[in-house]
Formats: sequence, structure tokens, C-alpha cells
Amino acid sequence: MAEPRADAFPADTSRARASGADGRPALVEGLRTYRLIVGMWVRSTMAYRASFLLTTLGNFAATGFDFLTIVLMFSRVTALGGFTLPEVAFLYGTSSTAFGVADLLVGSADRLGRRVRDGTLDTLLLRPAPVLAQVAADRFALRRLGRILQGSLVLGWALARVDVRWTPVNIALVPLMLLSGSALFGAVYVLGAAFQFRTNDASELQNSVTYGGNTMLQYPPGIFGRELVRSVTFVVPLAFVNWLPALHVLGRPDPLGLPAWVDFCSPPVAAACCLLAGLAWRAGLRSYRSTGS
Amino acid sequence: MEPIIELDGVRKVFDVRGRAGRGLRRERREVRAVDGISFTVPRGEVVGCIGPNGAGKSTTIKMLTGILNPSAGRIRICGLDPTRERTRLARRIGVVFGQRTTLWWDLPLRDSYELVRRMYRVEPARYAANLDTCVELLELGPLLDVPVRQLSLGQRMRGDIAAALLHDPEVLYLDEPTIGLDVISKSKVRDFLRAVNAERATTVLLTTHDLTDIETLCRRVVVIDHGRLMYDGGLAGLHAAGESERTLVVDFARELPPVGLDGARFLRAEGPRQWLAFPADASAAPLLTALAAHHPLVDLSIREPAIEDVIARMYARSRDAGAWHDPAAAPVSWPTASGGGATGLTQQT
Repeated sequence: MAEPRADAFPADTSRARASGADGRPALVEGLRTYRLIVGMWVRSTMAYRASFLLTTLGNFAATGFDFLTIVLMFSRVTALGGFTLPEVAFLYGTSSTAFGVADLLVGSADRLGRRVRDGTLDTLLLRPAPVLAQVAADRFALRRLGRILQGSLVLGWALARVDVRWTPVNIALVPLMLLSGSALFGAVYVLGAAFQFRTNDASELQNSVTYGGNTMLQYPPGIFGRELVRSVTFVVPLAFVNWLPALHVLGRPDPLGLPAWVDFCSPPVAAACCLLAGLAWRAGLRSYRSTGS
Repeated sequence: MEPIIELDGVRKVFDVRGRAGRGLRRERREVRAVDGISFTVPRGEVVGCIGPNGAGKSTTIKMLTGILNPSAGRIRICGLDPTRERTRLARRIGVVFGQRTTLWWDLPLRDSYELVRRMYRVEPARYAANLDTCVELLELGPLLDVPVRQLSLGQRMRGDIAAALLHDPEVLYLDEPTIGLDVISKSKVRDFLRAVNAERATTVLLTTHDLTDIETLCRRVVVIDHGRLMYDGGLAGLHAAGESERTLVVDFARELPPVGLDGARFLRAEGPRQWLAFPADASAAPLLTALAAHHPLVDLSIREPAIEDVIARMYARSRDAGAWHDPAAAPVSWPTASGGGATGLTQQT
């Protein structure tokens, strides 16, 4: 039998994956699967209400220490990188909330490496549902609401105190930042998971980008080196989570001196990153099914 | 009738990468986990797949479910290509891994089943009927509200088997379903599988190291070693292919030197008792007549070959001389294989 290698049909494989079982689009099927699994975990979490409240409170407090650090710093100085406390709180709130949303929704994807190692990824491939949805929804941790709650409280305080002219553009930029920021962090999670098909160390790298990136974005860009700011603008575009749009809202100059329209590019940049992450995930899964490792 | 499982020249080659020497140069080595396997299974059959560890059984099952893509060859399950139509196929097959659960570890069985129902879009009435049957036959009633991680291995296995059957799969794959189970759990699992096959005509392909599974469930056996199909046929045929021997245990009236007998081979002696081996498909009658004519006999018994020994000898032989499709060619490797085989025969009672 001179059959060609089955691996030689990337086009056909992608077509099969683009439409899920019974001709339903993979995206619809994926969202349905995600909803089913998340719903089950939420019900299961709510069965132990007290435990849920305690862990959420713990998450709230643990992430809150970051902001406490900033407040303590301001007891010694009046400005950080030229930013006042409400301005830093604005950066902190937007970044923390966006990161919290991504962490809640797709943070479980960073367990992929472990699933590959212990072989439990195979069981996900046996189910009639997109694997990414199953991985992202796995062990959905409602306690991560703690970080979102904490971030949005700080953001609320900052919005009330910060000295900004609330033009319609500035008002629109805030929710846009949160949405694009969540999508950007989410894309980093999925991208990290995609690389975990190949190497286990990818999760460390991904953590440094997600957790590290979040911490960095809580401070004004001016206090970091230009090279770092440049790399998070052009390489891993985390600067689009909040720095660039926030600088516009706060009426601050951009340390890289980029044109003004760049401040509004968060949504297309986030969309491009999601697309890239999706492609990387697909390639990772395909390589797993070929190599089994 | 169209076969429900079809494999044609299926191969799986893994690239194993490793450092070459002390340099940074990486060496690539090809490992052929599955090396050209072809067989078909008609609907409703129960096929047992055996082979030593690392023979390629699990890799084959993974390709038949769509977890792994074959490197070459053609696979059709229920007429679908597992590589391209994984999710569509997933609705029509059930899979149980003995080594790991497909259930949600932290959830009670009942929640896992409910999730399976919704994920597979099983019609509620059908689901209720299937769940009732499984709960009754597998005695799952008291376990439904226990989180999977608290179940014993045997309980978990029964829970897994039920989960794999809730969506009425046409094909059921079981990868070592009785591994690590106690005798009672094993027999419960076997009884259940027999019932499923009889009542729903579910096609079953199972891999195992426990030959009792094969003897109680399968009429057909597939032996895989070194990624190749070494035997495909009935259980009885295994004896012929494995050149198995029966053992004649003779108690003479007094201690005798090893008796020479045409058609039998002297194995060992212990006082007046001697062990003689003869081919499993030969009649014992001429041997007994010849023995009784020349020696004073007190007692004798015949021991049937154990399937374990037959398989063990097959594996040993395949390692020495490759395939043994032609039994006539076997004597070439006979001297090496007979040592281990004979010991096995005399040990069993």
C-alpha cells in the first residue's frame, strides 16, 4: 500500500477542524463545550459556598498586596515616574482587571504541559468537542474573581480621583482597554499553552509574560528602560493592554514618541494576537497528534 | 457486510531526538511503533489484542480513536477517517483506558455522566435507560455521588466503562480494562462486557495482559509484537501457531532411566515420576499404549498447555527469529524457545 503520509494533508485537517461535529462551526461548538464545562465547575464550586467565599477572599487579599506595596511607596514619595497615586492606580486597575478576566476565563490552559506529560490530554481528544475549549474550561476557578474584584475596586477609586478631562474619546477608551487587555492576556495564555505541546519549560516563560507583564503594567512606563518598553510594544505587545491607551487618557507623552493613532490600536492588535494564538494552538495540537509527545 | 474497523498497512513512526555525543548536534532516530498492521473487524465481534509491553498495542488504539495520526496507511472506523473526522467519530466510539480515567477527577460520577450526556447530545430518555442499565449491571448505585478520586481502582474502572457506553457507541475500545483489578472486579467487568456485546451488538476491541479476559470474552485474538501483526485468528489456532505441547506425567512402579519414546520428549524425572512433552495436536493414546507395553505404570495424567506459556513462547520466538507465520519453519528457532517453554509447562498444574 503506497499510501501517502497522513501528515501530508494539513489543508484537509484544517478543514475538518474548522467545522466541528455534525457540520456545526468549531467556534459555536467550542463555546457550547466551554459553557457546559464551566457551568459544571461553577455548580460544583457553589456546593461548598463557604469554601468558595474563603478562597475568593484569599485571592482578593493576595492580589491586593500588590496595590498595598504601591500605596506604601507613595507614603515616601509624591510621584512615581512622574505619575501621581491616582494615575498609578488607574494603570494598576486596568491591568489587574484585564489580567484577572483572562486568568479567570482561560488561565486553566497553562495546565496543558502537565496534561501532555501525564497523558490526560488524550482523554480530551476522545470527546466530540474542541480541545482548546475543554482545556480552557478545565477546573474553572471561580475564586479568581477575587483578582477581578480587587482590580476593579482600585480602578473605580482611580477613576473618581484621577485628574482627567472626560471627553467621549477618553470615556470610550476605558472599556476598550479592558476588553482588548483581557483578549491580549488571553492570547498570551493560549500561545503559552500551544508552546507547551513542544516543551515543558514554556509554562515558566508564559508565567513570566502573564504575571510578570501584569506587574510591570501596574507601574508607569517611564520607570522602565526604553528597551523593555520597546519590546513590550513591538514584540509581546502588552503595552497595548493599558500603557498606550492610558497615556492618551491621562494626557501623558509616550516615552517612545509613537504617533498618536497608535494609542487607539489596542483592539486590532488584540485581534491579531488572538488569531496568532489560535493558529499556534492548531499547529501545536497537530504536532501532538503526529508525535504523541 | 462492511467491516466496522479497517486497518490497511498502518504505520506509526516516531522521531526520537537526542543529543549526539557531547556536541550540540542533535541525533534523530526513527522508532517504528507500529510497522504495517492490517486487519478488519466485522460489526459485533469481540477481538482481543495481546502483545508484550511496548509492542505497539496502545499506539494502535490511539490511532483507531483519532488521538494519534498514522504516519502511513489507511484507517476507517464506522467508515470515518479518525485523523480528519475525530470529533464526528468520537460520538460513535467509546474508549476506556485502564491506566487512566476519562472522568473528571474531582467530580462525583453523576456529574461526570451528566456532562457526558450534554457533550454527546444524548437524548434524555435514551440516557436514562442506558444509565439505569449500567448502574444495575455494574453495581454503581452507591457510588454515583462519590467524587472519582475517592473511588477504588475497581469502582473507578466500572465508572469509566459506564461513561464510555452512555452514548450508545458502535465500537468500544478497552485498553487493559482489568489491569490491577481483583478477581471479583475482573469477573464483573467481563460479565458486563459480554452482556453489552450480546445485547447491543457493540463491537469490542480490547488489549490485555490477562489471558482470562481473552478466554472468556474473545473468539478472535490478534497478537502484536514489534509493531507487527504476528497472529490473527481463533484462540485454538494460537496453540498450533505457538507449537504448544501437552505434558504427560507418568508414575512408574520404580525409578527408571529417562524413557525414550517416539513422538514425545523427555523433560525431567523426580524419583519414579517422569514428565514427557508431546505436541498439543497429537493424540495421547499411542503414547500411552507404547508406555504401558514396556514399563510398569502406577498412574498417569495429562496437563493441557496454558495459553500463557503458548504466548510466552511466541514472544520469545519472535524475538529470536521474527515472524512465525509458517509453523513448519519454526523448528529452526526451537532449541532456544523450548527451554523456557518446557519449564513453563511443568510448573503449571
